[in-house]
Parts: sequence; C-alpha cells; structure tokens
Amino acid sequence: MVSNDKVLSILLEIGEKIEEEKLFLTELDNVIGDGDHGINMARGFDAVKAKQPMMEGKDIGTILKTVGMALVSTVGGASGPLYGTAFMQAGKVMAGKMEIGMEDFLAIMDAAIAGVQQRGKSTTGEKTMLDAMVPATEAMKKSFAESGDAKKALDDGLAAAKEGIEYTKTIIATKGRASYLGERSIGHQDPGATSFTVMLEVIDGAI
Amino acid sequence: MVGFVIVSHCETLAKGVVELTRMMAASVPIQAAGGLDDGSLGTSFEKIYAAIDEVYSDDGVIVLMDMGSAVMTTEMVIEAMDGRKIVMADCPLVEGAVTGTVCAESEMSIDEIMEELAEVRNQNKL
Repeated sequence: MVSNDKVLSILLEIGEKIEEEKLFLTELDNVIGDGDHGINMARGFDAVKAKQPMMEGKDIGTILKTVGMALVSTVGGASGPLYGTAFMQAGKVMAGKMEIGMEDFLAIMDAAIAGVQQRGKSTTGEKTMLDAMVPATEAMKKSFAESGDAKKALDDGLAAAKEGIEYTKTIIATKGRASYLGERSIGHQDPGATSFTVMLEVIDGAI
Repeated sequence: MVGFVIVSHCETLAKGVVELTRMMAASVPIQAAGGLDDGSLGTSFEKIYAAIDEVYSDDGVIVLMDMGSAVMTTEMVIEAMDGRKIVMADCPLVEGAVTGTVCAESEMSIDEIMEELAEVRNQNKL
C-alpha cells in the first residue's frame, strides 16, 4: 500500500519530470499540434506545486481532486480539461482514502479513461492520450491478475504505454488540433500519449 | 435578456467578435473570455467563469466557442456552475454571435435563440 504522503510526493515528482520534458513535449506538439503541450503541462504542474501546502496530510481523493482543479485552471490547452477531468474522476474513486493499493490504482485508471473519453468524445485509435492509457491499463490488469505483483504490473503497463506511443506514429489523428493535418500526422507520435507515459514512468519508478 | 459569452484561444479574437455584435445589438449583455491571464493563447477556466457570471441573469447565458479546449473548458465551467441556465451553441462563432445577439435584443427566449443558432449552422456563405 502507498500512503497519501507518498502519493503527493509522486505527483510532485511527476511535475518535475514534466518540467524536464517540457521542450521535448512542446517539440512533438509543434509538429502536429499547436506547439504548447509541454509549456502548458509545465504551467499546470507549477500550479499543482503551489497547492502543495493545501494537499499535505489530506486524503488521496482530495489530493487528486486538487491536482485536477489546478490543471483545469491553468493549463490553457486541451490537456487541461482532459487531464483535469482524469484526475478529478480519479479523486472521486479515492475519496476519503489515506492509502492506495494496486486495485485502487486500476480503478483510478478506469475512471480516468472514462473521464477522458467523455470529455474529449474520443476513443482509442484516434491518436490521443487514450492510445497509451488504455493499453497500459489493460496490460496492468492482466499482469496483476496473473501475478498479484504490483511492481511487475506497473512495469508491464509502462511497456504497453510505450508501445502505445509507437502505435500513435502509425495512425491518422482524428481528434484535436492534429486532425487538421489529416494524413500528414502519420509518422509523428502523439504528445498526449507521451505525457501520460512520462507520468506512468514516474509512478513505476517510485514504487 | 439572454446574455452571451465568447470563448476563444485568442484574447483579441474574442474581443473582436464582441465588438462586431455591438454593431447590431449594442444593448445585449456580452463578454469576451479569450486567451490566458497573461494574454497568451489558450482558454482560461477562470476567465470563462467570470464572464458568464458577469452577464448572467434568469434569462440565461449562451456561450459560443472556437474549438478544442475552448469547448472542453467551457463544459467544465458549466458543470461547476451546476443548476444555472447556461448553454453552449454548436455553430460558427462570428455568425452565431451576430445572429444570437440580434435575436436576444428582440427579447427572444434562450430556447428560441438556440433554435435560430441551429439554423446558423446550416447557412452557406456562397
């Protein structure tokens, strides 16, 4: 089980990693989008960091909801409402809980995916963050059901997310700004799938 | 009278659309919610929230958006303002804003204006 304090420190570490990857994410978005993904996400996680005192000692639901609200309020691009909704839905799953186990994390992922699908009116195969989130979650569920080993499940989930990124290179974007490029979006990886994978990598590394 | 909010990634675009509506419907409550707080491109939850609050009355508010996060962020604001009469119009931004405000000025209800805006969607320019 992972404590609320540890969840908060992982979220802050995600912020640091996003800051490190800011230029890379923005570069990816420059090619097929509006070139603001890294900058926007870094601004969002800056706001998360600023709310750290409000989150310390709180239950995991409150922490995740606060992260979601901070992202919605400050990101400015599509990833704001999308990740914002994902974290807020995840927060509902964890309302009042001070510890999180692998079953909880899988439930969080289901809620986050449903939130992103509903908010973006999107599904897999459209070259979005879902193309990393969905296969990663499926892989984690399968792996955890077989082995009962959370670390192994996270490793397998991360591998599936990375494969998901590769898959986004092969398909045409039909959602978001990249859809204006049509076939010219082929060959480029999706920035949202990439930023999700960055987050999962931090979580995997911390467990 | 029904109020309007124009949501755009671009501050000057939102203000420009508002300016254009003044030409024919100067008395309609309308606010621009464009760009981020520092003036850069993007959509701001706070700006949209404040703009809706500013023009809100019991007659309701119609929000017109450009694209992408403008639509999604507006959705989240409306969810946060749960219980108020606020709707999003699915139509071209400029034509919708002009048509909508002209209708509002003639004291049409929010439902009647939304019907007009559904028509705007099908209007050809050429």
